[in-house]
Amino acid sequence: MTGLPLLSLAIWVPIVGGVIVLVAGAGNNAHRARWIALLVALAGFLVSLPLATGFETYGHSMQFVEKASWIERYHVDYHLGIDGISLLLILLNGLTTILVVIAGWRVIDTRVEQYMAAFLVMSGLMNGVFAALDGLLFYVFFEATLIPLFIVIGVWGGPNRVYAAIKFFLYTLFGSLLMLIALVYLYNASGGSFALADWYRLPLPMGAQTLVFIAFLVAFAVKVPMWPVHTWLPDAHVEAPTGGSVVLAAIALKLGGYGFLRFSLPIVPDASHALSGLMIALSLIAVIYIGLVALVQTDMKKLIAYSSISHMGFVTLGLFLFNRIGVEGAVIQMISHGFVSGALFLSVGVLYDRMHSRQIADYGGVVDRMPLFASFFMLFAMANAGLPGTSGFVGEFMVIMGAVQSNFWIGFAAATTLVFGAAYTLWMFKRVVFGAVANGNVAELADLEWREIVLMVILAVAVMGMGLYPAPFNAILEAPVSDLLLHLDRSKLP
Amino acid sequence: MVGLSAFDYAAVWPEILLLVMACLILLVDLFLPDQRRHVTYVLTLATLGAVALVTGWSARAESAYALHGMFVDDPLSDTLKVMVCIAVAAVVVYSRGYVVARGMFRGEFFTLLLFATLGMMVMISANSLLMLYLGLELLSLSVYALVALQRDSAAGTEAAMKYFVLGALASGMLLYGMSMIYGATGTIEIPKIAQAVADGKANATILVFGLVFIVAGIGFKLGAVPFHMWVPDVYEGAPTIVGQLISTAPKLAAFAFVMRVLVEALGHPSILAEWRQMLILLSVASMAVGNIGAIAQTNLKRMFAYSTISHMGFMLLGVIAGDINGYGAGMFYVVVYALMALGGFGMILALARDGFEADRLEDFKGLNRRSPWHALLMLLLMFSMAGVPPLVGFYAKLAVLQAVVNAGFTWLAVVAVMFSLIGAFYYLRIVRLMYFEEPTDTSPIHGYTSARLLLSLNGIATLVVGIVPGWLMSVCQYAIQSSL
Repeated sequence: MTGLPLLSLAIWVPIVGGVIVLVAGAGNNAHRARWIALLVALAGFLVSLPLATGFETYGHSMQFVEKASWIERYHVDYHLGIDGISLLLILLNGLTTILVVIAGWRVIDTRVEQYMAAFLVMSGLMNGVFAALDGLLFYVFFEATLIPLFIVIGVWGGPNRVYAAIKFFLYTLFGSLLMLIALVYLYNASGGSFALADWYRLPLPMGAQTLVFIAFLVAFAVKVPMWPVHTWLPDAHVEAPTGGSVVLAAIALKLGGYGFLRFSLPIVPDASHALSGLMIALSLIAVIYIGLVALVQTDMKKLIAYSSISHMGFVTLGLFLFNRIGVEGAVIQMISHGFVSGALFLSVGVLYDRMHSRQIADYGGVVDRMPLFASFFMLFAMANAGLPGTSGFVGEFMVIMGAVQSNFWIGFAAATTLVFGAAYTLWMFKRVVFGAVANGNVAELADLEWREIVLMVILAVAVMGMGLYPAPFNAILEAPVSDLLLHLDRSKLP
Repeated sequence: MVGLSAFDYAAVWPEILLLVMACLILLVDLFLPDQRRHVTYVLTLATLGAVALVTGWSARAESAYALHGMFVDDPLSDTLKVMVCIAVAAVVVYSRGYVVARGMFRGEFFTLLLFATLGMMVMISANSLLMLYLGLELLSLSVYALVALQRDSAAGTEAAMKYFVLGALASGMLLYGMSMIYGATGTIEIPKIAQAVADGKANATILVFGLVFIVAGIGFKLGAVPFHMWVPDVYEGAPTIVGQLISTAPKLAAFAFVMRVLVEALGHPSILAEWRQMLILLSVASMAVGNIGAIAQTNLKRMFAYSTISHMGFMLLGVIAGDINGYGAGMFYVVVYALMALGGFGMILALARDGFEADRLEDFKGLNRRSPWHALLMLLLMFSMAGVPPLVGFYAKLAVLQAVVNAGFTWLAVVAVMFSLIGAFYYLRIVRLMYFEEPTDTSPIHGYTSARLLLSLNGIATLVVGIVPGWLMSVCQYAIQSSL
């Protein structure tokens, strides 16, 4: 291990960089803002790479730990550390930030410095969420991400952006305020400690566990989002600019899944067991019902948003199966969904930048004009449908296997997604890409430019690589998942 | 009797200095021609600075008494007094552009501010009900005059009238309550009252009867529901700069009032249970009315008024917790609130011009286009008031929630966060106007450099203190712990 505080760097380089972009780009200096933003995004990703190279794959304790007293009065520590799950999410976050900066290069032409700064700051905060080992520190990062995302949706979003931004903010704030009370309760119950490690050991009676579980559930379910608190997501996705949609889908939604892993399951295992039936039912509703809802969408972004909810249903399903393959599958599904949904939103963004329409009906025959784009889009659509050989397959397959292990009918219900997912994705793909050239606007479409090609290639490599060779992911996840299952097996009832 | 000598100079030095300087400035100002009026301004600032320094200098860990035990100098009073001086000094710096443009750049404004400050300091250091009342009246009378300072402003006069009538009523109630307590315990000195209650010598019925009136008076001074009627009208009608004063420093003094009367004098567990119930009612009603009422406002000053009401409800949660931890949280809350309110009003002042108040919500439309820096500062202030981390307002809420959950009132915490969710909506609306809408008014923002610098400092402070909140929390906790 090196002496450098790598995790702090991963958090603060993007945040400080974002402030620099804000200052340097002030006064309509868009060009400079873009370049500095790209440099900062690259630097942010680079400082997170040593985390991967120095990571001890099968280590059971938290790694790269940093600890310093932060608020002495309440014994809050600036306590960072990562396991395999956090590592993957941090890397995903760094990569996504680079993509978002590049994706907004040409399209964003007003207040560029604010746009770029918002994404960079957000990226640093997200790293903070994934690295925090202190409950309050987690909450601070978790909530702080709302501010930049609110601004991004509201300033650069579509026509209905104000409604979407406020709905997004209030929905998520509602969830997290209840969580705050749960955190305060745990603080008092543990005799004045916000440390996650203390909370993992804290015995709690069933009644308290259930209430804490519900408070966490509301917070994380809104983030994931789970049915029935998902309604903010389609609005936010549709109205957000492409970069906003990408970050929302690739990273922000993961906060919910990650929260379940770090908080709900290990802190209140008995309540998690008791309420797992409810969680599985909600997850299956998300998978099946929302999958059907996606089928009837006429707006591409909305369709992908619903598909996101449906896929995130797999994550929560896998987590509450309480077996190794299910939980591992859930984490892999989180990462994969980050790539795939990010790629799909970028693809729609590519079309939207040219045509300024997200309606499926406005397209048709795109392949004639944009063959290169069509091939990439095809790959991502296939990954979304869960085609073997893409990353989408691995996670879904593992979760379905885990489900069959616990109950055949759960597995059966979950597996229907392979049908619905294929149906809505490929049907959309067919209507947009194939067929006769629909109208004069489509006829004038130009294929990808080099910047877009870079984005597509990076994502395609990620999707294919993860699909063909998932072994390293499984290896990294082995230790944290066993630890989690160990926590789940031990009753914490006093 | 705890007091040693009848007159311990060290304990009252800051007040004496302030009184002398206020009279001196009043005199000096008479001989100043209008173009040299800035001398008054500088002298006022210097006085406040000197008083803060002397207070800080003479601060000791143990309590010192003066004036036959009617006056106490303890860490709580020192801390709050320094903060009051800072807050009033900030108001003075913010005021310059505003009062110059409105013909209020006169000696009265500054001397009244100083006398109000003296009132607050006396209140904070009071060790007897009489002293408390004297301080309160000195503060109130100065502020009534300040509200009415723009003689030909109909709104200002109306606000002053309302404030005065209702304020006099509240003072009457307070005095009546105090007389009841005197009747029950036979003393007006705070430690002796506490002693009498603890010994069980006080007549419980009369005591509780008096307590009701005291709580009503406190509710009025804090602006807690149902004694809040004056707040929106006064905030809206008073000159913005006076609104800024009312919403900041006096809240610190009012907090000291609560500590002295409810906690020090009547903090015995038997009485605590009585006033706790009343405060719970006040607190929940304030959070409800404040947060819901603010949504309907189109005037920013009125919105801040309702926001103050809700914040005071939140602050009371700390007092309701009824232990050292909770009082420390309440103190932290009120200090943080003063910081945010200073900034919020400072922003209205910064946007105000000659004959234009910039106090309607639409005046903030598209501020990000006009001045990204001002918009960013306001964004920080608004999110801080809404209680979003990492801004300092969040830690204030966290501290009182922790205290109240610790005291076993988890339901109260749930109610509080639900109302603060409603509250988030109207703070978000300001951010929405600034960032998501196009400006209707594109004139550049002018102002004195000092005020602009202070505003920047004020906005940034909500973020910086939010990132490192530990020291301020410790200061508040120390002040409470070593004084009660």
